[in-house]
Amino acid sequence: MYWDPALETLSPSQLQELQLARLKETVARAARSPFYRERLAAAGVTPADLHSLEDIRKIPLTAKDDLRARGKEMLTVPMTELVRLHASSGTTGKPTPVGYTARDLETWGELMARVLAAAGLHRGDIVHVAYGYGLFTGGLGFHYGVERLGAAVIPVSGGQTRRQIMLIQDFAPNALCCTPSFALYLAEVGQQMGVNFKDTSLRVGIFGAEPWSEAMRQEIEARLGVDALDIYGLSEIMGPGVGIECLQAKAGLHLFEDHFLPEIIDPVTLERLPPGETGELVITTLTKEAFPLIRYRTRDVTSLDYAPCRCGRSHARMSRIKGRSDDMLIIRGVNVFPSQIESVLVDVPGVSPHYQLIVDREGHLDTLEVAVEVDDTVFSDEVKQLQKLAKTIEGRIKDYLTVSVKVRLVEPRTIPRSEGKAQRVIDRRQQQGGKP
Amino acid sequence: MKVEQISVFLENKAGRLAEVTRCLGEAGINIRALSLADTTDFGILRLIVDKYDAAREMLKAKGFTVGKTEVVAIEVPDNPGGLAQVLATLAQAGINVEYMYAFVQHSGKNAVIIFRFDNLDEAISLLQKAGIHIYQGEEVYKL
Repeated sequence: MYWDPALETLSPSQLQELQLARLKETVARAARSPFYRERLAAAGVTPADLHSLEDIRKIPLTAKDDLRARGKEMLTVPMTELVRLHASSGTTGKPTPVGYTARDLETWGELMARVLAAAGLHRGDIVHVAYGYGLFTGGLGFHYGVERLGAAVIPVSGGQTRRQIMLIQDFAPNALCCTPSFALYLAEVGQQMGVNFKDTSLRVGIFGAEPWSEAMRQEIEARLGVDALDIYGLSEIMGPGVGIECLQAKAGLHLFEDHFLPEIIDPVTLERLPPGETGELVITTLTKEAFPLIRYRTRDVTSLDYAPCRCGRSHARMSRIKGRSDDMLIIRGVNVFPSQIESVLVDVPGVSPHYQLIVDREGHLDTLEVAVEVDDTVFSDEVKQLQKLAKTIEGRIKDYLTVSVKVRLVEPRTIPRSEGKAQRVIDRRQQQGGKP
Repeated sequence: MKVEQISVFLENKAGRLAEVTRCLGEAGINIRALSLADTTDFGILRLIVDKYDAAREMLKAKGFTVGKTEVVAIEVPDNPGGLAQVLATLAQAGINVEYMYAFVQHSGKNAVIIFRFDNLDEAISLLQKAGIHIYQGEEVYKL
């Protein structure tokens, strides 16, 4: 069930040796980019200064803000070397481009093949990919992984739930890849259609792109009759395929340490935390060409377990993502920052910048409600005018973020303000135990 | 010819309507007519009061979102077909009624109905030509 037995089961000392060699290469490569040349020079670090993996601490962290402000200066190859661009969402709503060389895509395909093999998939299997195809890395990431594995891919992308269920019945896939909430939604719609997923050929599901819980795993497994595995990845780093749970243990996600060097830090003091402690995951890419990232703050909160796993893989296991160290929300797999909503609201004449986001879960799908204060300038005595205003705001947010929201108009000064700063987000999903 | 109406934005929350009426009562303002439009999320309270300016300022000071609209108070014969006749006159001229609501009190034998039109001035001149009685604002506040 290994795709790359040699590299997936390296002994700790072999792994560290490989990591150090690749770290030096990465630092040398990164120094070709204006951004890292400047950063490394300021820190006074050259590849020769890296005598052990611990020495990585001499290099400053890279933040999402750096990527947004200076992403183009992080490129280590001429633009002509790029063969694909994906995008990562940012707090401003302006997507940050992430470029790949041909070798980057090959590495990605290789790692996704590892993911699929860890889920027990092999040549001859059929994989239904319902992650979105496009700028989002989910769809294409899985797509090329399945092809690399030598299995057959059904490139369904998102939406059209009933049609997806028909495809699952007709094309008989063995694996389902989508967000965990969409998996449960499929089960629900299937029930309405009289389709029992336990009668389908599905045996395993690889679910990610949003946080989910152990309780949700049990529900998915019971309703779909599959083994449900958690996958991790992020567009800035590569896309899906940074880590995967193994079918044997289902206890933490093996982080592919020969390609990614993980650290856990305290998000406030930025100090490194000892193994096993919970904090923010920081990743250094070890093999990326176009956009290597050194000590990138993922903002995802997790912990690392270095104990051997029963599957035999030696790579450390990270726990399910326990939350975010910033205010990013994940709504139906889409990253949403409150500041993005704010930037839409300030462009609507008369709408005050006081708003509140209420995240909830209806059935198994996330809902986002935006409460907006109505003041004298936009108020009308006619219901239809106010409804039009709400629709306008909903339309603009949908255009900007690709997420459907419901706008609720509320009275002025009713959104609580505490010490001048409003409580922007109420996430009711956490109260239901549906989320970690 | 025009009557000043106050509209108040109300969230669908228990006690909001009670709060508006309580504030008006404490300020010694009498409600002459009212209508409440509601949606799943919010309501719009429309009021004709005896002291328009005082009511508006007081509600604003209390933090309510208050709007001002000009409406028309029309005398409608209190007999079968009375309202239908008025509406037919308007419909023939292509004037749209945004909303309407009845006054609680009668003026003599007839009913008083408040109309909100998309084109107020055109509606007034049409109604006058048709011989339909329109109340002055001052008359309405004191009815």
